[in-house]
Amino acid sequence: MDDWKDFKRVFLTLASPGSFWLLVFFIIPMAFLFVLSFSSKAIVNGETSTTAYDYFNTFGNYIASAGTSYLVLLWRAIWTSAVATFVCLVLAYPLALAVCFAAPKWRPILLLLLILPFWINLLIRTYALYSIFRSTGVVNQAMGLIGLGPYEMLNNTSAVIMGLVYVYLPFMVLPLYSTIEKLDRSYLEASLDLGASQARTFWSVTWPLTLPGVITGIILVYIPCLGTFLTSDILGGPNNWTIGNAIQNQFLEANNWPFGAALSFILLYATFIALVIRALIAGRSKGVDA
Amino acid sequence: MNAALKSGQGPLEYARRPWIIILFGLVLVFLYAPIASLIVFSFNVDKSGVWHGFTVMNYVKSWHNDAIFQALTNSITIAILSTVFSTIFGAMTALTLWRFRFPFKNIYEGFVALPIVVPEICMGISLAMFFNYTGMMAGVRDWIWPFNLINIIFAHIAFCFPFVAVVVRARLQGFNRQLEEASKDLGATELQTFTNVLVPFMVPSLVAGGLLAFTLSLDDFVITLFSSGPGSVTFPVKIYGMVKRGVDMQINAASTVLIAITLAATLIAMKLQSPSKSGH
Amino acid sequence: MSAPIVSIKNLTRRYPGGVTAVDNVSIDIAQNEFFALLGPSGCGKTTLLRMISGLDTPTEGQIFIGGEDMALTPPNLRPTNMVFQSYAVFPHMTVQDNVSYGLRVTGVAADETKRRTAEALEMVKLSHLAARKPDQMSGGQRQRVALARALVKRPKVLLLDEPLSALDAKLRDDMRLELTRLQETVGITFIIVTHDQDEALSMASRIAVMNKGAVEQIATPAELYEQPRNRFVADFIGKVNLIEASVLKQSGKKVSCLTQGLGKIDVSTDKTCGDKATVAIRPEKLKISTVEPKGAGIIKSRATVRDVAYYGDTSHIVADAADGLNLHINVQNNTRTGGAGVDRGQKIWVHFNPTDALLLTE
Repeated sequence: MDDWKDFKRVFLTLASPGSFWLLVFFIIPMAFLFVLSFSSKAIVNGETSTTAYDYFNTFGNYIASAGTSYLVLLWRAIWTSAVATFVCLVLAYPLALAVCFAAPKWRPILLLLLILPFWINLLIRTYALYSIFRSTGVVNQAMGLIGLGPYEMLNNTSAVIMGLVYVYLPFMVLPLYSTIEKLDRSYLEASLDLGASQARTFWSVTWPLTLPGVITGIILVYIPCLGTFLTSDILGGPNNWTIGNAIQNQFLEANNWPFGAALSFILLYATFIALVIRALIAGRSKGVDA
Repeated sequence: MNAALKSGQGPLEYARRPWIIILFGLVLVFLYAPIASLIVFSFNVDKSGVWHGFTVMNYVKSWHNDAIFQALTNSITIAILSTVFSTIFGAMTALTLWRFRFPFKNIYEGFVALPIVVPEICMGISLAMFFNYTGMMAGVRDWIWPFNLINIIFAHIAFCFPFVAVVVRARLQGFNRQLEEASKDLGATELQTFTNVLVPFMVPSLVAGGLLAFTLSLDDFVITLFSSGPGSVTFPVKIYGMVKRGVDMQINAASTVLIAITLAATLIAMKLQSPSKSGH
Repeated sequence: MSAPIVSIKNLTRRYPGGVTAVDNVSIDIAQNEFFALLGPSGCGKTTLLRMISGLDTPTEGQIFIGGEDMALTPPNLRPTNMVFQSYAVFPHMTVQDNVSYGLRVTGVAADETKRRTAEALEMVKLSHLAARKPDQMSGGQRQRVALARALVKRPKVLLLDEPLSALDAKLRDDMRLELTRLQETVGITFIIVTHDQDEALSMASRIAVMNKGAVEQIATPAELYEQPRNRFVADFIGKVNLIEASVLKQSGKKVSCLTQGLGKIDVSTDKTCGDKATVAIRPEKLKISTVEPKGAGIIKSRATVRDVAYYGDTSHIVADAADGLNLHINVQNNTRTGGAGVDRGQKIWVHFNPTDALLLTE
């Protein structure tokens, strides 16, 4: 690696576009959002203004966010995301294991089959799920043929979780695959050879050695689930809104931007806490890097 | 799980365990059945969940539906432009991080990775406020196409280029700098070395990163929703509006077209990428 | 021979796609033997070892271990333990935990586990490193962990897959002695897989030479070297001059044949020959002389020295004899002066005693 001082012009040329973009279209807007979360709408001539704000004058937005209804939304985001992530993990681990231990010529095809949906538009996938599970959808029609239903399968928490699993499963498969693929299988063989059962081998050797991939997968799934907005909106309906929907609502409908900003930062903090927990766990476990 | 082994099958052949094969099959059905049904029903004559006959009218209608057509054109234009810029910026950022030591590098790296981890909705509303506050939201509204999409493009570049940077940097990590030295030893200038040695080495990651940026851009709904003005609707935003009004087979038809475009782009990029993988 | 501890009967391993890694192999291995599976890479020796351990299963045939057919018994239920080529020492466990692993997972009592682990560590002289993690250890140390981890289980058979291949030359020599010593101390049957003939010859009491999935010969090291059964074994074990010959006549054990470059040779053999055969002679059994050698019954030929390579204790000479025959000759450098005493291009006599030559028919 070279010292930037030895190649100032090259360094500055290479570094500027990214830095500029990051500053103008990410850091400044986020900073602005941060400021706004401590602000309130200005009172101009005795009326609440729609465009002017009094900056840094209140913690009121955060206090208001602590109101029960919003805490419920945050809590719902936290636990539905947790369940969805767990389901993804339980499904993806055996699948990734199967892909890694399949015959070499099959591996790329099997992997592609599992992650191909990732390339299809998220909204289209959510819509596809919505249209087959709606009360007049294919699933209910099929059940009608054997005299069941129709059932209301959408607009509940399970539908949201199913949607999240559907959308984010590839995110769990990929890091697990790359970790398990790098795992030297003679570790597993040694464990079996030394008398451990398959289950014991899994918990004593495979799992701890692939933990970094598991953690990466959990983060890759959990974080976008936490801020989800489409899935809960389309599949869950208003009763199953999470904090993402609340933020959107404050901006597009209730028009209370400072409050929306505060909710956003609460979501952001929750995200960062998840990242910190990951860093702490990853720092302690010694496995195969994802 | 101490059952006897099967003849010709070792204890680690998980891919041949019946329960894993069944699980694999069920997951594939779960992943593909909704999409398959979406495509099949795009040819259905009505919008019920029952097959009432084959038609291509949904395609014809959505082709002539100016709003859908415009949204699709917008989406693809935005995706292409933001892919070009994010690939360039991402590659430059990756080169910076790979090549140089500089003060506060760790912090800089952290900032570059931030758009990847920050929830889309947070980034979306911060950009919405930024564009509103600076007047850019209103300012570009009446600009001639495609300049009226410029806010969306700027926003897309901001969240796409860090992904490209990550992909390219991972590739650069595997570069043997002795190749650079060899090139200079053979008389090439710094610039010739860059274009003849380093750039060809980076190509697979540029393709992969570019493809990722293209998909992310085409896929994005949340950030686009917030950074688009009323006149500049993209395909996902348009579909969202239509879905909120109920199921419509025109959505299926247009979605099928978009699925075909993305899958074609993905497969082409994979083909392009595979012969040059030898540089690993 | 008492009842074999491992008895392999007509074992075959075919892979989907038509590759036959092990082809109808039968071997009996006695209690307490140090047995080597030797062969070039891809000859099926590792597959055979893995089938004995249970990490792979045969498509046909039986594997009796201690009298019981275990061909399809899962590896965790077999009385065999393996030292892996990569050692496979668990990176997330300390040395102590690695060695005790096999006892802990099979429910051996805690105090016994502790005692046996300590003994095993003592045996491989690693007691002082018990708390270390594998990434803080050298290759040689990790191998000792792998050995202790397998031996602590007191298996009936210890399987070693190319155990020395990842070590550097000096360490390899030490480890070779160490393994022989360990085998004598613990009194367990060792089966070692190797592609290195020196390793097999110096350590094993018996060797199976494998080629293309089949066993070519099973014999003691000396037998393999002096009485190879066929051309493959002769060529694979040590250096050999293989000289094409056509059989003129056979009467009982006496065979007269006309060789390429060396004229008519009479050798004795137990086998019945066809028209063609090969005369094999080891390089150290060829002698050189600058004057015509004398002696009853010796075979001699004129040759020109093409190349001389000096190795300190010996010199290797390549000489061109008549008929395009190349002869490889090893000469002891018995004096401090002169080396082999011949130079490139020099005309010499090459001679040998026909009893040192061997007739190969396969």
